[in-house]
Amino acid sequence: MRVNGVERPLPHDPRTLLSDHLRHNLRLTGTHVGCEHGVCGCCTVLLDGRPVRSCLLLAVQANGHEVTTIEGLAPAGGPLHPIQRAFHEAHALQCGFCTPGFVLAVKGFLDAHPNPSDAEIDEGISGNLCRCTGYANIRKAVKQAAAQAR
Amino acid sequence: MSTRWFGERVERREDDRLLRGAGRFTDDLHEGALEACFVRSPYAHARVVSIDATTALKAPGVHAVYTARDLPFGDRDLPLLIPHPALTNGRTQRCLAGETVRYAGEAVAFVVADNRYLAEDAADQVEVEYEPLPVAWPLETAAEDPANIAAELAQEAGDVTAALEQAPRRRKLRFRYERGAAAPMEARATWARWDAAERRLTMYDSTQSPTSIRGGLAVLFGLPESSVEVIAPDVGGGFGPKIMLFYPDELLTPFAAMQLGRPVKWTEDRREHFTAVNQERAQVHEVVVGYGEDGRLHALDVDFIHDAGAYTPYGIILPIITAGQIPGPYRVPNYRVRFRDVYTNATPTSPYRGAGRPHACFVMERALDTIARDVGLTRDEVRRRNLIQPDQFPYEVGVGWQDGNRAVYDSGNFPGLLEKALQNLGPRPPGENVGMGLGMYVEGTGVGPYEGAHVQVLVSGKVVASTAIPTQGQAHATVFAQLVADQLGVSPDDVTITTGDTRRFQWGVGTFASRAAVVAGNAMSVAAGMVAEKAKRIAAEHLEADPQDLELASGQVRVKGAPTRGLPLAAVAVLSNPVRYAFGGGTEAATQFTPKPRPGPPLPEGEQPGLEATGYFSPTGSAWASGCHAAWVRVDPKTFRLEILRYVVVHDCGRVINPTVLEGQIQGGVAQGIGGAFYERLAYDEQAQLRNASFMEFLMPYATEVPDLVIDHQETPSPLNPLGVKGAGEAGVIPVGAVIASAVEEALGVPITEMPLSPLRLFELSRGGS
Amino acid sequence: MKPAPFAYHAPASVEEAVRLLTTLEDAKVLAGGQSLVPLLNFRLARPAHLVDINGIPGLDRIYERDGGVALQALVRQADAEASELLRSRCPLVPEALRHVAHAVIRNRGTVVGSIAHADPAAELPAVLLALNGEVHVQGPRGVRDIPAADFFRGVLESALEPDELALEAWFPAFTGAHGIREESRRHGDYAMAGAVRAGDRLALFGVAPTPVVADPHHPAKDIRPSGDLEATPEFRRHLVEVMTRELFAA
Repeated sequence: MRVNGVERPLPHDPRTLLSDHLRHNLRLTGTHVGCEHGVCGCCTVLLDGRPVRSCLLLAVQANGHEVTTIEGLAPAGGPLHPIQRAFHEAHALQCGFCTPGFVLAVKGFLDAHPNPSDAEIDEGISGNLCRCTGYANIRKAVKQAAAQAR
Repeated sequence: MSTRWFGERVERREDDRLLRGAGRFTDDLHEGALEACFVRSPYAHARVVSIDATTALKAPGVHAVYTARDLPFGDRDLPLLIPHPALTNGRTQRCLAGETVRYAGEAVAFVVADNRYLAEDAADQVEVEYEPLPVAWPLETAAEDPANIAAELAQEAGDVTAALEQAPRRRKLRFRYERGAAAPMEARATWARWDAAERRLTMYDSTQSPTSIRGGLAVLFGLPESSVEVIAPDVGGGFGPKIMLFYPDELLTPFAAMQLGRPVKWTEDRREHFTAVNQERAQVHEVVVGYGEDGRLHALDVDFIHDAGAYTPYGIILPIITAGQIPGPYRVPNYRVRFRDVYTNATPTSPYRGAGRPHACFVMERALDTIARDVGLTRDEVRRRNLIQPDQFPYEVGVGWQDGNRAVYDSGNFPGLLEKALQNLGPRPPGENVGMGLGMYVEGTGVGPYEGAHVQVLVSGKVVASTAIPTQGQAHATVFAQLVADQLGVSPDDVTITTGDTRRFQWGVGTFASRAAVVAGNAMSVAAGMVAEKAKRIAAEHLEADPQDLELASGQVRVKGAPTRGLPLAAVAVLSNPVRYAFGGGTEAATQFTPKPRPGPPLPEGEQPGLEATGYFSPTGSAWASGCHAAWVRVDPKTFRLEILRYVVVHDCGRVINPTVLEGQIQGGVAQGIGGAFYERLAYDEQAQLRNASFMEFLMPYATEVPDLVIDHQETPSPLNPLGVKGAGEAGVIPVGAVIASAVEEALGVPITEMPLSPLRLFELSRGGS
Repeated sequence: MKPAPFAYHAPASVEEAVRLLTTLEDAKVLAGGQSLVPLLNFRLARPAHLVDINGIPGLDRIYERDGGVALQALVRQADAEASELLRSRCPLVPEALRHVAHAVIRNRGTVVGSIAHADPAAELPAVLLALNGEVHVQGPRGVRDIPAADFFRGVLESALEPDELALEAWFPAFTGAHGIREESRRHGDYAMAGAVRAGDRLALFGVAPTPVVADPHHPAKDIRPSGDLEATPEFRRHLVEVMTRELFAA
């Protein structure tokens, strides 16, 4: 499997979830785990460019695929990705635990909906739970990121 | 004092690493740690007959299985945090249950293995024999058995019996609030390492109170506190329940690390979080209210039971807060409140954002809505007539408060809040089945005893500051930097804040009760002010000026009115340490002053080296925040869906340090309030088994369920602290249940006396169900 | 919440997959995994073997056949939702897909998997039933087509034999009056109750152990829903009446 452009090994134990493999074997701890049953969205990563739940994938299933984690969205030391910047400017994060999953879900959403309506934004981010922000500023960040991309 | 940064919308300093996934949450630590999991009781109440770990110990990758009898502290009752004379039947949990389990999910064994997968495999093989015992549940039933009463407390201000008899009108009311859960996105986690050579225990813990954990561990393991380090790194939301003394892992990961000579980690999974972490909110209130034809309150008599759950680790703090907060912003001339704290066989309860207040607010606001309808007043008018007036502060409520003193409101302008909320609410939207919701609240914030801070100017001129309280998203690294920057005349960008790390600051209490900004914020400001004074003393000598004529601005200590006569703060930092070498930072600027001969010792008597100071703040009483929420809500009369058309918050938390951060706190609080009002209910069955222990069934709102808010502020500074601030963390959640109830009642025309609601419940109520 | 151990198999062809399902004891097919993996993580399902069909090439087509549209086993729900062919020939399917969980789940979840899972509260089984679609399966005894009316047998129970692999869902083309309504607690949740209209035909979901066909004039007449935390039988019957009226008023 390729992770953030680099070929990485598969786990020995086939039951290893992709989320655990990324976090504990590959030490990419920006992918967070909030529920392990696919509801909260904290563990969202891109699989071949599309957001998926890494807690609902076995790591071995990523064999032959490209995984992008939050660490791969903006290179360390470089500027933030426009979506990350919009989250910062809109105060769309507090504790930051759900944030990587949100940012990657929004990446997938905006790739598919470059010009979203308000209702589409709500629906687009409604697969991710945030317990801190109450979502208003996340909405704002998505609008801002979409406007900047246009 | 300069107020350049105070009140500004300074962008968050903690965002960059969190946005990049480069934060450090406890489970991010590995360092070769073994991983653990618990064996938990499936029964809500049972005798533990036997535990057999023989097979589990032989399972692949297993290093240890601990039960109560394996622990030197296994038969020790864990601390009762806030004892109270009324708590005559207190009971605290043990680390692992050895004889009796009192709630489903209580820990009975701890399995340590190479990784969590193997630990779970082995945990499946630990054989525990239970003998089920009768279950105390639900709350009302449990309250009938005197053995289940942990505490009873009655308080009275005025003469309620007489006032009720004389009141022109009286109503009896009954209200019920059910259990909910804080459910932070990060569940709990601990990681511990024992350094045998240095005899040093290090624990990372997603706690809201690392100093308390450290103190407890030092006692239990017989170590000096200086040999125990507890760090709350990035914490993925707290909201209250992440403080306990102790959750069992907080003792077991360090214990196992010491036993096994390897770091040990335990990370809670979502399923166990639902039963292992404290919950809150269940209360039943019987109310008699007496009032005049004019809608003015004469007397309020409240008798309520509070669901303690299986243990009372927090004493009776929750019902005490409820009792103290029921009168809210209203004049209640005669107030009597009695509560009984009732054991049930469910997860223990302890403060969850709002902590006893949402239910208190619900009771008072529902009572006022009832009065309004009864005497034919609008809901805002009945409130207007009963509000405490701005000239009545300090205002004594007449009952006790959580800090052990009397509840006394320090300041406020309640009528101002109400009018501002109504202005913002605007006209009734068109359409059928629309209702207005209105709710007001007060919140005693910033409870003591104290917090402290250490502030140091480095020779680079940059500033580092630390405080014991940890952070779970409240932007302390930003708002505290603003406070320090104001005192030292630097930019917040030059100030790095560390929170919740006992290696950096040892003394303090924790992040809870909306107290961080009030107590730790003022401590930060005090400590930074001490540093500023010291900088002036040092610079004065070298600038040959009176310290009183100096000011700190633009990174300089300079003569007021003569900005060219100054020294960089960096140079003052160098000068503060009279050694015979100097290296880096402000050295060059400092060197020109060093050769000057001066009398006396290089380090003047009474002075300490370093441009640093430690300061504390200890409030004399709570700073009372207040607010008013108002909403337009539509309920679909066929599907009973709830649609929030407009939601207004007017909030008064004294002086505002950072409006962006404050609005974020409010928005998040309201979202949790909406969850608690219409979506989130912990559903226990008659055997006290939680039936919805997953995010599939415990329905936290998504973006689709939470509207944008209209937020407005009012600033009534607190006279009880130099910054004039009041806490804001919990306020957003407090009145939401009352507001939604009020609005739904009008929209559907059915009486609402319970929380939470749901489409099903509204369907039943609209069909005349009870 | 980690899966119990299992043996993992990644067959490269349908034949190999069927062979594995035939020979292995206690094997489960893993397609999108959006329903199965949560069950594994909760250890509510502990199969000895997982047969992961995601590596089988040529199993991700949406194509026209026999007067309808066939979706192969690895067609992701998101791709079906975006399919022009479905939008023009079977618009009910993409409309229903918008109600299936959340977009991120649909990126991985498959249409066939959702049908084979046979959750009575799920949308796609009811759509298949409303449209009189079929499930095309392959097993050691060859291939067969199972009509929707025969496919759903009970809660999470289908007519699929343990050694059979569901290869395609087939929906007859239908562009007449149609619609889907459901009431769920939050956006994306399983429905408390739902109704699908295809012409004069009504299928209900969330109100019986399987999706059921009902009389649009008396939709709640023959259903005996069960109750749970979010809905009593009475509330489900009420919702069915409300939603059916709305669907057929349009």
